[in-house]
Amino acid sequence: METEKGISMNRITRRKFLVGTAAGMLMTSCGPKRLYELARPDLREALDRMEKEYAVKYGKAVKVGSEGPIKGVKFAYALDLSRCIGCRTCVHACVHENNQSRDPEIQWIRVAGIDKERGVDLTHADYYYHPDKVPEPGKFYVPIQCQQCDNPPCTKVCPVKATWKEPDGIVVVDYEWCIGCRYCMAACPYGARHFNWGEPGLDPADVNPDTHYLGNRPRPKGVVEKCTFCIQRTRKGRYPACVEACPVGARKFGNILDPDSEVRYVIENKRVLVLKEELNTIPSFFYFYGV
Amino acid sequence: MTGRHLLPIAAILSLGQALTAGTLKAEQPLEDTAAKKPATAKPVPAVAGDEIEVPPPPFSEGIYPCSDCHEDMEVNRKRRKLTEEHENIVLKHDEKNRWCLDCHDAEDRDYLHLASGKKISFDESYLLCGQCHGTKLRDWKAGVHGRRTGYWNGKKKYLLCANCHNPHSPRFKPIPPKPAPRRPVPGLQWKRKREYR
Ligand code: HEC
Ligand code: HEC
Ligand code: HEC
Ligand code: HEC
Repeated sequence: METEKGISMNRITRRKFLVGTAAGMLMTSCGPKRLYELARPDLREALDRMEKEYAVKYGKAVKVGSEGPIKGVKFAYALDLSRCIGCRTCVHACVHENNQSRDPEIQWIRVAGIDKERGVDLTHADYYYHPDKVPEPGKFYVPIQCQQCDNPPCTKVCPVKATWKEPDGIVVVDYEWCIGCRYCMAACPYGARHFNWGEPGLDPADVNPDTHYLGNRPRPKGVVEKCTFCIQRTRKGRYPACVEACPVGARKFGNILDPDSEVRYVIENKRVLVLKEELNTIPSFFYFYGV
Repeated sequence: MTGRHLLPIAAILSLGQALTAGTLKAEQPLEDTAAKKPATAKPVPAVAGDEIEVPPPPFSEGIYPCSDCHEDMEVNRKRRKLTEEHENIVLKHDEKNRWCLDCHDAEDRDYLHLASGKKISFDESYLLCGQCHGTKLRDWKAGVHGRRTGYWNGKKKYLLCANCHNPHSPRFKPIPPKPAPRRPVPGLQWKRKREYR
């Protein structure tokens, strides 16, 4: 009897201990489970804790949403190369929408300026052009961000499965689970993944409080991040921030399964191409000539 | 799920091919009409049937209604340099073949008119543009030329042609670019790496 009691008490203590540790680990945002493995109520609990942490850190309410993929929706993007003038309005709209670190600087969209004469040779692209006015004569511009590949090399190399493709086509990163090995960055042929080498520099006043847990919520140091087609907006039906910011209307977005969507119109009526087609990454990001 | 199987992939070329084939059109400058002031707005019937909201015509402050001045004015159909009013309007839009009253209604200056003589209001100016730029109008209605904002699966807003193109001089003017990204500093990567550990 005595011994039995002792054992069972021991068990209880050990269980309590484990539960306590698990909760403690979640509190310090390095949970023992991948966020996507958590049951809905547990996920909400974890996100509530994140919201509390952000409230303390930034001194304002930050909402961490968890909208799931919409049934029958597969996102695609189309960018009109005959319109883009290389003004980088999209780059900065994206930084603001998605809470990228200002210093060290992280930008999910990079705009390649290329000599028309040279033809497309991304290795000779200039990402740092700064003339007084754009477009410059003889130049064309190719904005590059995550291509949300259907055959993504980045997710395959992740040793801990902290990055994957969602059913609506968005490739996401679990910042709690990412170990910062940066294999995915090496695997991405588009240079679309970015690493937080330092503590992200994000002024509380600049924080966009409308976030998604797999998207634009403020990131910790030591994780990889990337474009998510503005998951916090698009899963609620809105256009991505870059689409709405583009002054020349070069950016198109929608559900490729919907025959009336802009992206379907582009694919059916315009000359369309993808970057580095030969790598068989099968991007969901198309470039086209709207002329 | 691969979206590709749904697409006419034959249309997908590699960027290299497309560019060496010289298909890139010269980019043109961007016009800034943001400073102009709203009047009225009327939704556009979109291709898919649903109505799409457009902003009011981007008139300058105090210019509309035009009839405030024009009602009692004699119509002068002569092609000339305007000196008393609108002297800032210089036609640079197929100007050899066109004059103001091809687009503006001579008798009722608060309206535009189509080639057929049909009067249209300024919030439907896209119909006027569409007479000569039919494919652009079609692309615009499909949301592919110009810009949509709002909801990809719901209520959308369009910009009017005149929000981006000055009808009198529609060619885009170049604009200053936003700041370039910082160049990576040689060695910083390694410094950061140490910090990171
Ligand atoms: C190609 C057709 C076209 C021609 C030709 C044309 N206009 Fe216009 N004009 C328009 C349209 C369309 C608008 C409405 C712009 C808007 O929605 O704000 C407009 C607007 C205006 C306005 C209001 C501008 C403002 O500042 O808000 C004036 C004044 C005007 N036109 C005068 C003229 C004069 C004078 C000429 C000839 C020198 C002329 N237009 C030739 C199409 C034309
Ligand atoms: C402040 C008074 C005023 C207003 C408001 C005004 N106009 Fe005029 N407009 C004039 C005068 C004066 C002339 C004659 C200019 C000249 O001959 O040098 C003129 C000339 C024109 C002409 C050239 C053809 C003609 O009949 O002489 C057009 C076209 C025109 N206006 C269109 C418009 C439109 C469209 C608007 C409204 C968007 C508008 N105007 C508003 C005063 C005005
Ligand atoms: C009566 C026919 C006609 C109408 C109406 C018309 N255009 Fe044009 N447009 C032309 C022609 C012809 C050209 C090519 C010649 C030129 O660029 O001057 C042209 C050129 C243009 C260009 C290219 C300019 C460049 O330099 O590359 C734009 C943009 C444009 N039009 C926009 C518009 C808009 C917006 C409207 C409506 C407000 C409009 N057009 C109404 C005939 C028309
Ligand atoms: C969001 C801004 C925007 C709107 C709205 C817009 N355009 Fe354009 N348009 C552009 C840009 C950018 C270009 C490319 C620059 C250039 O070639 O001048 C262009 C080019 C054109 C051209 C020149 C031919 C070409 O393909 O380059 C025509 C014609 C034209 N637009 C007509 C229209 C008409 C008609 C409408 C309305 C039905 C319209 N645009 C609405 C931004 C716009």
